[in-house]
Amino acid sequence: MSLNNEMIQEKLVAKFGDQASQFATSYGMLSFESPKEINLKVLQFLYDEPGLGFTFLTDICAVNYPDQKGAELVVVYHLHNLKENIRLRYSVSTPLENTDVYTATKLFESANWMERETYDFFGINFVGHPNLKRILNVDEMDYFPLRKEFPLEDQTRIDKDDEMFGRG
Amino acid sequence: MRPVRFNIHPKEADITEAIGMGKAPDGVPGDGFFATQLSSVVGLARKNSLWPLPFATSCCGIEFMATMASHYDLSRFGSERVGFSPRQCDLLMVMGTIAKKMAPVLRQVYIQMAEPRWVIAVGACASSGGIFDTYSVLQGIDQVIPVDVYVPGCPPRPEAIIDGFMKIQDLVGQESIRRRNSEQYKALLNSYGIQ
Repeated sequence: MSLNNEMIQEKLVAKFGDQASQFATSYGMLSFESPKEINLKVLQFLYDEPGLGFTFLTDICAVNYPDQKGAELVVVYHLHNLKENIRLRYSVSTPLENTDVYTATKLFESANWMERETYDFFGINFVGHPNLKRILNVDEMDYFPLRKEFPLEDQTRIDKDDEMFGRG
Repeated sequence: MRPVRFNIHPKEADITEAIGMGKAPDGVPGDGFFATQLSSVVGLARKNSLWPLPFATSCCGIEFMATMASHYDLSRFGSERVGFSPRQCDLLMVMGTIAKKMAPVLRQVYIQMAEPRWVIAVGACASSGGIFDTYSVLQGIDQVIPVDVYVPGCPPRPEAIIDGFMKIQDLVGQESIRRRNSEQYKALLNSYGIQ
C-alpha cells in the first residue's frame, strides 16, 4: 500500500524510539521533532530507507520562541517525498546560548543557501557548513534581525511621530 | 440625477490653440540673431535633451515604463534615449525601494556619472523608505547621494513623474554654469563623501 503518515510515524518510532517525539498532523502534514544531536541521522534515515525516500528538501527555516527557555530557536526542515507526494515537517530545537546545529549540506545541496539564510536572520551556527556568512543582509550587520528581541523598524529615523504609531 | 457629472461642457478642439511656442530666454533679438547669456542657451539645450538613467528597482519602475510608453510619452520632453550607462547620462532616476545592501551600488553608479548630473527620487521608497520602515531598507536615497527632486507617491502616477521631470527641467534651465565648481557644491559632495 502507498505511504501514509501512520507508516512514517511507525518507522520513525521503531528506529529512534522516544527520541522522535511530538508527532502532530496539521492540514494533513505530519510533523515531529527530535533532539538536535541526531538531526543528521534522522535526515539520513528519511532519505535512505527504502519505504520512506524523503529525498527533496523544500525548506529550512527557524522560529524564535522566546518563552520556551532552553529551546528558544527551533530549526524546521520541510521534506518532500516526490514519488508518493507526501510532505513532512521535522524540527530540532536549540537554546540561545549554544546554537550549534549539524549542517545538512552533505545530504542536500540546497541546504547550503537555506542554512545561510537561517544563520543570517536567527544566528544559528551550522557546524560544518562550507561558507556560513550572511546572504541577504548587509555583511557588517552584527545582530540577527528576525529574533523577537530586535525591532522591525529602522532605528535611525528621528522624524517618526510616536502619537501616530500608538507609542505616544 | 448625479450631482456632479464629468465634462459637462466639452470644448471643441481647435488646432490653432493646440500649437504652443516655448518661452524664449531674456535677450536682445535682432534680424537673424538673438543675443543672450551663455548659461541660458546652455540651460535651454540641456533641459530639452536630458538623457535619463532609469535606476528602476520595483513598482515605481513599472510606472516609469508606463511613462515612457506611448500614452504618457516622456520622449516629448527630449528623453527619447534612455541610457543604462552612467557615463553617458545626465539624470539618474531612482525608482523603487533601495535596500541597504544596494546603497553602495547606487553610490557607485552616481559617482560614475559625469557632471552635470541631476538625481530624481521617484516614489515614496526612494524618497524616505516608504512603507518599508525596516532593518533592511534604506530610509531615503538622500542618505547616500544628493537628490534634486523628490516625487511622492506609491507609486506616483505617470503624470506625477512627468511633473517631477518638468521640475528638473526648470532646475536645469536656470542653473548657473559655474555651479559645479562652486564651494557650496563641493561642500555638498563632501558631506556625502564623494569627491
